[in-house]
Amino acid sequence: MSNPIAIIFKRELASYFATPVAYVFIVIFLVLAGAFTFYLGSFYERGQADLYWFFFFHPWLYLLLVPAISMRLWSEERKSGSIELLLTLPVTMLQAVVAKFLAAWAFAGIALALTFPIWITVNYLGDPDNGVIFAAYIGSLLMAGAILAVGSCLSALTRNQVIAFVVTAVVSLLLLLAGHPMVINFIGTVLPQVLVDAIASLSIWTHFESIRKGVIDLRDIVYFALMIGFWVYASAVVIDHKKAD
Amino acid sequence: MIETSNLSKRYGPIAAVDGISFKVEPGQVLGFLGPNGAGKSTTMKMIAGFVTPTSGTAKVCGHDVETQPLEAKRALGYLPEGAPSYGEMTVARFLDFVADLRGLAGDGRKQRIGFVVEHLSLAGVMQQTIETLSKGFRRRVGLAQAILHDPRVLILDEPTDGLDPNQKHEVRTLINAMAKDRTIIVSTHILEEVHAVCNRAIVIARGRILADDTPEKLEARSRYHGAVSLTAADTGAAREALARIADVASVEIDPQDQRITAFPREGRSVFAAVSQVLREQNIAVSEVQLERGRLDEVFRSITRGAAAEARP
Repeated sequence: MSNPIAIIFKRELASYFATPVAYVFIVIFLVLAGAFTFYLGSFYERGQADLYWFFFFHPWLYLLLVPAISMRLWSEERKSGSIELLLTLPVTMLQAVVAKFLAAWAFAGIALALTFPIWITVNYLGDPDNGVIFAAYIGSLLMAGAILAVGSCLSALTRNQVIAFVVTAVVSLLLLLAGHPMVINFIGTVLPQVLVDAIASLSIWTHFESIRKGVIDLRDIVYFALMIGFWVYASAVVIDHKKAD
Repeated sequence: MIETSNLSKRYGPIAAVDGISFKVEPGQVLGFLGPNGAGKSTTMKMIAGFVTPTSGTAKVCGHDVETQPLEAKRALGYLPEGAPSYGEMTVARFLDFVADLRGLAGDGRKQRIGFVVEHLSLAGVMQQTIETLSKGFRRRVGLAQAILHDPRVLILDEPTDGLDPNQKHEVRTLINAMAKDRTIIVSTHILEEVHAVCNRAIVIARGRILADDTPEKLEARSRYHGAVSLTAADTGAAREALARIADVASVEIDPQDQRITAFPREGRSVFAAVSQVLREQNIAVSEVQLERGRLDEVFRSITRGAAAEARP
């Protein structure tokens, strides 16, 4: 193995599982995902074989949990000083940033993949549209990636993990709310439709909703790719500027 | 080889490093001396490619650290200040990680890992996580990481900080063994270390080079250079006898241990005259020493002078 991205990715992903944090996170994620689906979403009472409510709550679940993954990405490296070690090894800034982001995303992906029993359950109970469910999983993973990319950049700004967590959660909330029907309806009363559409099209919510309904549209994929690309690149710029402070 | 040219780093209005130029050739072990906050670490961070210089250039083996960072980093081994590493990793995994990034493979890799584990006595802690190690072990893990790829250029920021005397000796022996055809910069607070490992010393204060010389020549700047110190049974008589020697400029007595020091006039040597006087007048002494010069005193006078100069 000689690619620096692969080497750092491996080290990072292993570091999640070197402490109990990873297991605590996964358990909380699974418990909350289940609780939301079964209680708030009335999984059994509705009597429909789909995962509509399971994915419906994902944006709010991620709002709470994904910043908890991203907050340590760079804050911890800066606080412990290991950033100086990492960046004086023969790797480029972008390789380091991409590798650490991908490791965080893979970790989120593992947590998401562990919700598979609910997919099995719904197939056991009825005859769901597995295409829609698959699309929703893809959308959910992309949404997690987008929030992680935001968090990567914001965690590079501070060596304090609590600040990184709170700021990431707030920025992600804004990015979600910008496309939420409640907000759209409200700003629609004061702003012209063109602006409302523009704001909504920047929202994570809008693009996740359309994938969640089972349509994998190229525009939504491009949106998430751009979001992730932009914020990951911004992370590299921020770190380059702040690394030695 | 390391070459810096007018290297500077400003943080707002404060110049942490202010136009430092020097060249270190293979075979040289350069000691970086200076008070805390003098700019030693910042200079090293710039050469290692971690801090971007405000102006000026640094080259490692001919590679500019800004325009050819990967080539420069490959040629370089670097121990950052405080020897940071990944606390949750075991020593074995950490060294594997660094070996991977350094592109070490096959027998060469095994041999290098074996070498650093042996020379830094890490065999007993390979399976321990780094955060559970003592300060001395962490420092040695940092050193292991820095020399793992057998770099041609080595920059060590306080390599013996936190080590006990035996470990210090081992690390100095290791540095001396590597010194032959490599270029090494070591920063330190410990002046005896300069003697032990360096063949050149640069004194930095307020971001500027104040002195650049061999440790011996730096010592020669001391007023103690060439002085004779002795401890006599009868301090008063000895003092009078020494003061009468023509080439002795002054005689001082240490108020704590009553040790007498005779300072020569400029350019004169007094050791022979002193021993003759002691013999002729039958003055009983328990020890006599020819002073080489005191590096700590030279260090103080150089760096204090700079501080006074900078005062408005």
